Order: sequence, then C-alpha cells, then structure tokens
Amino acid sequence: MKFNSQNDDVLLDVKDIKIQGFSDEKWHDIVKGVNLTLRRGEVMGLIGESGAGKSTLGLAAMGYTQPGCRIIGGEVNFDGTDLAQLSDVEKRSYWGNRMTYVAQSAAASFNPAHRLIEQTTASTIRAGIKTKSEAYSDAQSLYDALNLPDPNNIGIRYPHQVSGGQLQRVMTAMAMSPRPDLIVFDEPTTALDVTTQVEVLSSMRAIVEEFNTAAIYITHDLAVVAQMADVIKVLRFGEEVEEAATRQMLSHPKEAYTKSLWSVRTLEKPVRAPANSVLSLTGIDAAYGRTKVLHQVNIEVPKGSTVAVVGESGSGKSTTARVITGLLPQSAGSLKFEGKNLPPRLADRSKDQKRRIQMIYQMADTAMNPRQTVKEIIGRPLEFYLNMRGQRKTDRVIELLEMIELDEKFLERLPEELSGGQKQRICIARALAAEPDFIICDEVTSALDQIVQEGILKLLLRLQENLGLTYLFITHDISTVQAIADQVVVMNEGKVVEQGLKDDVFQAPHPAYTELLLSSVPEMDPDWLSKLTQKRSIFRS
Amino acid sequence: MGLVTLSVVSIIIFSSMELLPGDFGQAVLGQAATEETVAAFRRELGLDQSAVMRYGQWISAALQGDLGTSFSGRNASGVDRSREVIDLVVPRLRNTLFLASVAALIAVPLALILGITTALFRNSIYDRSVNIGTLTTISFPEFFVAYILILFLSSLYPVFPSLANVDSDTQFSERFYRTALPALTLTLVIVAHMMRMTRAAIINLLASPYIQMARLSGATPTEVIIKHALPNAWAPIATVIAFNLAYLVVGVVVVEVVFVYPGIGQLMVDAVSSRDIPVVQACALIFAMTYILLNLLADIIGIVTNPRLLHPK
Repeated sequence: MKFNSQNDDVLLDVKDIKIQGFSDEKWHDIVKGVNLTLRRGEVMGLIGESGAGKSTLGLAAMGYTQPGCRIIGGEVNFDGTDLAQLSDVEKRSYWGNRMTYVAQSAAASFNPAHRLIEQTTASTIRAGIKTKSEAYSDAQSLYDALNLPDPNNIGIRYPHQVSGGQLQRVMTAMAMSPRPDLIVFDEPTTALDVTTQVEVLSSMRAIVEEFNTAAIYITHDLAVVAQMADVIKVLRFGEEVEEAATRQMLSHPKEAYTKSLWSVRTLEKPVRAPANSVLSLTGIDAAYGRTKVLHQVNIEVPKGSTVAVVGESGSGKSTTARVITGLLPQSAGSLKFEGKNLPPRLADRSKDQKRRIQMIYQMADTAMNPRQTVKEIIGRPLEFYLNMRGQRKTDRVIELLEMIELDEKFLERLPEELSGGQKQRICIARALAAEPDFIICDEVTSALDQIVQEGILKLLLRLQENLGLTYLFITHDISTVQAIADQVVVMNEGKVVEQGLKDDVFQAPHPAYTELLLSSVPEMDPDWLSKLTQKRSIFRS
Repeated sequence: MGLVTLSVVSIIIFSSMELLPGDFGQAVLGQAATEETVAAFRRELGLDQSAVMRYGQWISAALQGDLGTSFSGRNASGVDRSREVIDLVVPRLRNTLFLASVAALIAVPLALILGITTALFRNSIYDRSVNIGTLTTISFPEFFVAYILILFLSSLYPVFPSLANVDSDTQFSERFYRTALPALTLTLVIVAHMMRMTRAAIINLLASPYIQMARLSGATPTEVIIKHALPNAWAPIATVIAFNLAYLVVGVVVVEVVFVYPGIGQLMVDAVSSRDIPVVQACALIFAMTYILLNLLADIIGIVTNPRLLHPK
C-alpha cells in the first residue's frame, strides 16, 4: 500500500495550485503554486503554522474554496478529472460521495438541529449509495468500529448530547459512510484533550487502514502527524518547504525551517531548588452554584519558581486560578499570600493585594479592549495601581515594551494590528505594569503556533530570571511543562492527584491518572501510537 | 411570567386612565352643570371612591369575565341606555381578529418565502428588487398605501370594494371579499420586517462551520438553506412574526378608519375621546394580552425548535 510507484495508482494529483483570498479590499496569495500527489490508500500529513495555507490547500484538494477565496491557477486532478474546471453542480456529485471532510471543531460542525445518525448518513443516502436502512445499519457498525459507546443507539442523540471526543469520532463515521476514496482531516484532534486525542487518533487510523482510504491529514502538531501519515509535507507561507516519508522526515529533516519546528520541543530549563512559599492553598473547596468543582485542593507555590498545573478540561485548573484571583470565592479552606490570609472575595482585597497578583489569559484577542491602543492597555494598570500620569506613564510603557522585546512604534497600535504572539506579549506587559510578585498564566501559549510559543516561553523565563517573579502556569500541554516548570501539580476532577518537583512527578512510579496523562502525550516516534494501543489493550485484558 | 406581566400591565393601564385629563361627568354634563350634579353623577358611577378601591373592583370583576358597563349611553336626563362593555368589545374584536388572520395568512407565508429565496439568491437582482420593494412599502405611511390601493384596485380598476363595512350578518365569503383591501394594506406594511429578519437570520447562519460541512457533503444550495440553516433560525423569526401579528391586532386603527372597518382600534379611539374609561381599559387589557400571548407562543416555538432545550443532556 505504501509507496507504490505505479502511476495509475495515483488518486489525487494537484499541480501548481494557486489560491487567493480577499481581505482588506485586495486579493492576497494564500497558496503559491504547490504540487501534491496522493496514491490510493496513502495518508499524507500537511503541517505548518497558521497562515501556512494548509487548510486552504486541503480544501482545494476537494475542489472547494471557502467564501472569499478563489483558485487562480493549477489543476486538481482527482482520479483523472480536473476538479478546478468543474461547475459547482458537478463538484457536488464528488463531495460527500467520493471525497469527504472531517472538520476541526466537531462541536461546531454538526448541525445542532438534526440527530447524529441523520447527519452521518445524509450524503450516502443522497448519493444513492445505500438505502436509508442500509446506511443506518452501516453507520451503527461504523460507530462500533470507532469504539463509540452504545453504537446502536448513540445515533439518535443530538450533537449537544455527546462529548467532544465522541463527536469527532461520529464525524469520522460520517466521512467514512459513503466509503470515499479520499478523506480530508482538518486538524481533527486539536480541540481535544490528550487522553481523548489518543483514543480518537487510534480509531481514525484503524478505520482508514481497514478501508484502505487515502487521506490528507492537516495539523500543526508534529507528533500527531507522525502517528497518522505515510508521507509528510511541510508548508510555510503558502509554499512547500519539503516533503518526505514520515520516518525520514523525522530523523533527517533537510530544511532549516523544518528543523526549527522540531527544536521547540527540546526547550528545557533546570529545576530551581524550592524556596519559601509565597502562596499557599489549604483545603480549598469551590463550587459553581451547586456543582462542586474543587475538592480539598492544597497547593504550595515557592517564591521565584514556576508551578505548572496540568490536567484536562474540566479538571478544575482554571477554577483554581479564579479562586486565587478572588473571582470565585472558595467555599472552604484558606488562601495565604506571603503568610497572610487573603480575603476570598476580590472586593475585600486591598489595592496592593490586587496589584501583587496578576493574570495572563489564554485568548489574548478577547483579553484586550479592541478599541484601546497599546499605550492605553498597558497604561491603565500604571495609572490605577501606581498613580503614574503623563510623560512618566508613557516612558514606563516604552520601558515595558522593551522588556517584552517590542518598541515604541507599537504605542499607538490597536490590538487588531498585532500578530497573535505580539498580542500575548502586550498582555504580559500589562501584567508586568502592575509590578506584581505573582503571575497566573492560564494556557497562555495554547492558542499560538509552536515557534511563537517558544518565543513567549523564553520571554517568560527571562522575565522571571530578571524580576524574580513567581508563576502559576496552567496548561494541558506536557511539553510546555517540560520547558518551564520547577514544580508540577497534576489535577483531575477537581482534585490534586500528584504534586512535587518536575523530575519527581515525571518519573515513575505515578498514580494511575498521571500515568494515563503522561503516556497520552504524543511522541515523535511514528510507532508510539501503535505501541501505546498495544500496551493498553494488553493492560485491559 | 406572562401572568405577572399582565398584572403589571393592568396596573399601568389603570393608572394611566387616572392621569387622563378631564372628567367623564364634566364631559357629559357640560360646562353648565352645577358642582352638585357632577358630584352626584360621579357617585353613581363610583368615581368618587379611591383609585386603589376602584382598581381592586375592576380587576376582580375582570378576572370573572365582567369588564363592567360602558359609561356612554348615560346622559344628564337620567335615562340609562348604557351597554355592557363586553357586548361592545366582542363583535369588534371578532372583526379585528378576522382582518388580522386574513392579513397574517397572506403576509407570513409570503414573508417566509421571500426571506428564504432572497437568502438563497442573496445579492442577486432578485434579492435587491425584493428588498427595495418591501422597504418602499414599509416606508410609506399606512394611510398612503391604503389610498394608493383604493385608487388602483377600487377606483381605476374596480376589483375590490373601497369600504370594508361588515357586520355580524355578513356572509363569510362576502366578508373575505370586503376585507381584501385592508388585509392587502396590512400585508404590505408588515411583510418587509418579517422577510428581512428571515433573510438575516438565515444568512447569519451561513457562516457557521456546519454549513460549510453541509456544502462539503454535497448538499445543494436549496438544501443548505432549507435543511441546515432554517431549522436553526426559527427562534428569531418567530419573535418577529409574533411582534408583527400583535401589531395586526393592536396597531391597525389607521387602516380601520380609512376603510371604515368596524374593528377594535376604532372602538378604543372613540372611547378615549368620550372618556369612556371602562371600554378603554378593556381594550387596553385585550391588547396587552395579545402581545403577551403571541410572545409566549414565539418563545414556545423557540424552545420546540431547539433540540438543546428540548432534549437535555
């Protein structure tokens, strides 16, 4: 199946494809002449940062362009037909029939108004491939093959009634239902937790292998693509950087850019010896309404160190941050900052207490007022906490900008004129402006590309070195923890499962949950997923 | 919730009647009446009691279906030819509801069809002309639209009668024929709002990932709109339809006047000018109920068409 050199086995042959997108009253090049050849049964991984054109290229492989985009040159030969030349009506006979699509966010990509099984089978029935009853029973066996619970009845549910990981698998069943020749997976596991991602990945891979379906797998996560793809193509700025078989690409990347993608994961910092606690949480309980989300949480944060809180969504890590900042008063337990009790409610805290604990958020986009300039955004805490005005304030803002490796050219810019990494830097400067001792970083790098991530992490480490800051770093990404943490707290279902120095936590023996979490983090080894599923299935039986 | 709103509204109605300048006794008996006569007359009508007392009496009677007795028909001579409010209001209300139903039967399907088709062919010539057309009709005052229709469909080409004077003996088909022009006027007035909301609600959803998903699974544009966008758009559309239907019941007095149609709007205006407080209150209460009921209905439609609310996790 892999690397069959016979030409008649080529399913998809994209030649010199050029795509433009319309924004700011102008047409911009998104994809600048890329070739792509895919044989039957082959899985190609497309990787690159956001803006590399990988999703656009993936969709173009189906002959589809998003509204506001157009193909201006090249061919998309699918099984001998150039899709770029077909009318929409003609292309529709391919879509949902011979080629299908699995989208990034299953939660948003299912129609909330229809039952899952109706959506799974709609295109199969429309194309006349199967009758309704055949398609329904086939969907049930696909659900079963994808390890969905209660495969015979899950289909009558609505999208909001199943979990994100399950939805993503239902979407794979939907893509598989007409038995297409080609499936385009567009970042299908990016929105999932690591432990869920493993299950979804292995069921996707199994079913693609079973039906010998060709696939294009789009992602920015190298370790994920290593598990899925036979061939990897790296894209940047709408152009191909290089293409090679997976193993070769992982062991011997040729281009400097590809190597830099690999290097992010090697960032590591020496562990600092524990000092006195600057913040301690003792027996903290917290609840949203009647739903209790934190149970007896004890966390010690040593001064000048980084404590990483890891866990999946719903584990209570962000709630812990809300308790510390006073946004959600705890229902039991105590919170001590430098040995003194911190009032549970934000309103009861003094200005100085508020100043000393700052927070940086995941979505830099929504954490800034889009109508304020950088100067106003950073200047506000200077005014509020430190009573700075006029020239003194402006000087300090410039100083802060320099600390985050930007300069005074940014003073009058609005958030929309900044890149994702720059926005997060401005948020860091805003937190620094208050001259805090303690900063809570809530998933600050998870919305960013890997190279940008590396820059932000390095900046945070440098600032800690220079200013003696203490970080509480909330993340679900284990490689980020490796990069910056001194201490690690593992949370699950509102409880602390394990905590201690990074090396101690990462070294076996672990509690069962830590083991599950750590083993679910994809590794660059292409055999990692196979080994893991094998190990887990032995463990189960 | 609806009941709480209704009782608050009833208090507002009652107190605004209190604020109305002028006095029924004075108005009927004229400037020449002595103070004693006016006082005696007021006592007879119960107007001398405190406002809270009268509100209590009114509301408890109204709850039992008794809307009181009209003030008009009484006069200084002491002959009482007054009628029960309910007898005055019910036939008028029936007429109004008939006209509203006819207008709604034309306007709602028309608005939905136009909304869906303009969403489907958005930015086409068809879309633009429908938008311009409906906006034009909504921009003119109602009486103007009414007179234009009379001019063309009654005077120049006598298709429909210009007067819509019906009474309880009028046959159904005859009634339908006579209300054609007022119903058409109302249709022209309300279609734009509903149609544009339908179009906007659908187009708003077309950027959703699940619409792209539907396209990529080979759905035709019509299928995308009818099967994938419309089911998720019912809640806002229903709200706007309810709003316009309520308008058909409570806001049509101008059209009634133009076509001399004996509806409840005219009754209320007459009652206000003659200070016939029980009738005004009854009409206002009916209007409030109409609004509340229709909005309740829209909320129910919003819930029923949303699986997230109908089928909890």
